[in-house]
Amino acid sequence: MDNAYQLLIVGGGPAGLSAGLYAARSRLHAVLLERAMLGGQIMNAELVENYPGFPQGISGAELGSLMEQQAQKYGLEMVMAEVEGIALSGDGKIVSTGEGSYHAKAVIIAGGSEHSKLGVPGEEDFTGRGVSYCAMCDGAFFSEQAIAVVGGGNVALNDALFLTRFASKVVIIHRRDQLRATRILQERAFAENKIAFLWDTVVESIKGDTQVRELGLRNVKTGEESGLEVSGVFIAVGLSPNTGYLSGLLALSPQGFILVNDRMETEVPGIFAAGDVRAGSARQVASAVGDGATAAISAERFLSSA
Amino acid sequence: MSEPLNVDDTSFKDVVLGAEMPFLVDFWAPWCAPCRVIAPVVEQLAVEYEGRIGFAKVNVDENARVATEYGIRSIPTLLLFKDGKPMTQIVGARPRAELKKHLDASLT
Repeated sequence: MDNAYQLLIVGGGPAGLSAGLYAARSRLHAVLLERAMLGGQIMNAELVENYPGFPQGISGAELGSLMEQQAQKYGLEMVMAEVEGIALSGDGKIVSTGEGSYHAKAVIIAGGSEHSKLGVPGEEDFTGRGVSYCAMCDGAFFSEQAIAVVGGGNVALNDALFLTRFASKVVIIHRRDQLRATRILQERAFAENKIAFLWDTVVESIKGDTQVRELGLRNVKTGEESGLEVSGVFIAVGLSPNTGYLSGLLALSPQGFILVNDRMETEVPGIFAAGDVRAGSARQVASAVGDGATAAISAERFLSSA
Repeated sequence: MSEPLNVDDTSFKDVVLGAEMPFLVDFWAPWCAPCRVIAPVVEQLAVEYEGRIGFAKVNVDENARVATEYGIRSIPTLLLFKDGKPMTQIVGARPRAELKKHLDASLT
């Protein structure tokens, strides 16, 4: 049979690469499929400061690349392909992708999540023309300009702090009156002169011509509407799991995250989930690598008992 | 030509806009991690579509004029030109199969 493996791993972020490392060292015949970017979301993080072992912090791109190298060193096969569906076939699984089908006895889903959208008028039209989801990639285009960051979590604050290097002013727009972000980031943001906050405020529309010019805002407490002139808006309002292709196969939470037990087993024997994509994940690099290791060990146990 | 051509503010017009075949232009910068991810994919596609679609790269750090002209404010951005006009804009590192769909569409 073509493309037949013992274990197939969906996703090449920290969870998938850790699972792959464990699988390769266990000498499982395994393949990892990644749709776009090995390393995953952290590739866009300027500096990861909360992953143990790197007291000075490490750039997300470097950490992702080191994880990839480590899995490769033990012979993990990695293929660039986007998974479109998973079907059960006897005691195996058929994974269909944009580049052909794969067969595997066990599957670990570590497909992660992607940035949520605001879902407001103008967002799609201006993506790449002032609307951005990656401060690291696009910050430099906004030198000496006023920009906004939407969100109140760790990513939003990290983005805002990074963007102060380029922008003349960074306005953080948050729908609540306090931040979710970790304390140390809050302290840094409050101490930064270029950063201002708009509390209890949501973005209702994004307007412009060839590029973003203005945000339409609404105060959620008073209902008052206003406009904010900016040339860019960075959206960091959380993550949505990449599980659209799994509905009907696996039990998902109302938000679309995969339900697993503490061995990372889903309700389908031989299918595991790890990292951001599973319900209850702390959505940290440190927790994702733990999930990946657990899932690989569970998968190995499943394969040896099957 | 099986490798993407490096074009700059000066050569862009002749190479890309004056081309008879569709042209995919990869706007990138050295400091952008997703750009490094997409580069080998674009290189593969350049080989695969050789003779049917042209491929070029624009370093936006060194060529602000052409990037500004097309309103590029995210990288990587892939702009697909046909008959001298931008036809499709693809922002971010996207799967190869998705890029191929856009390329195939430009050939019809």
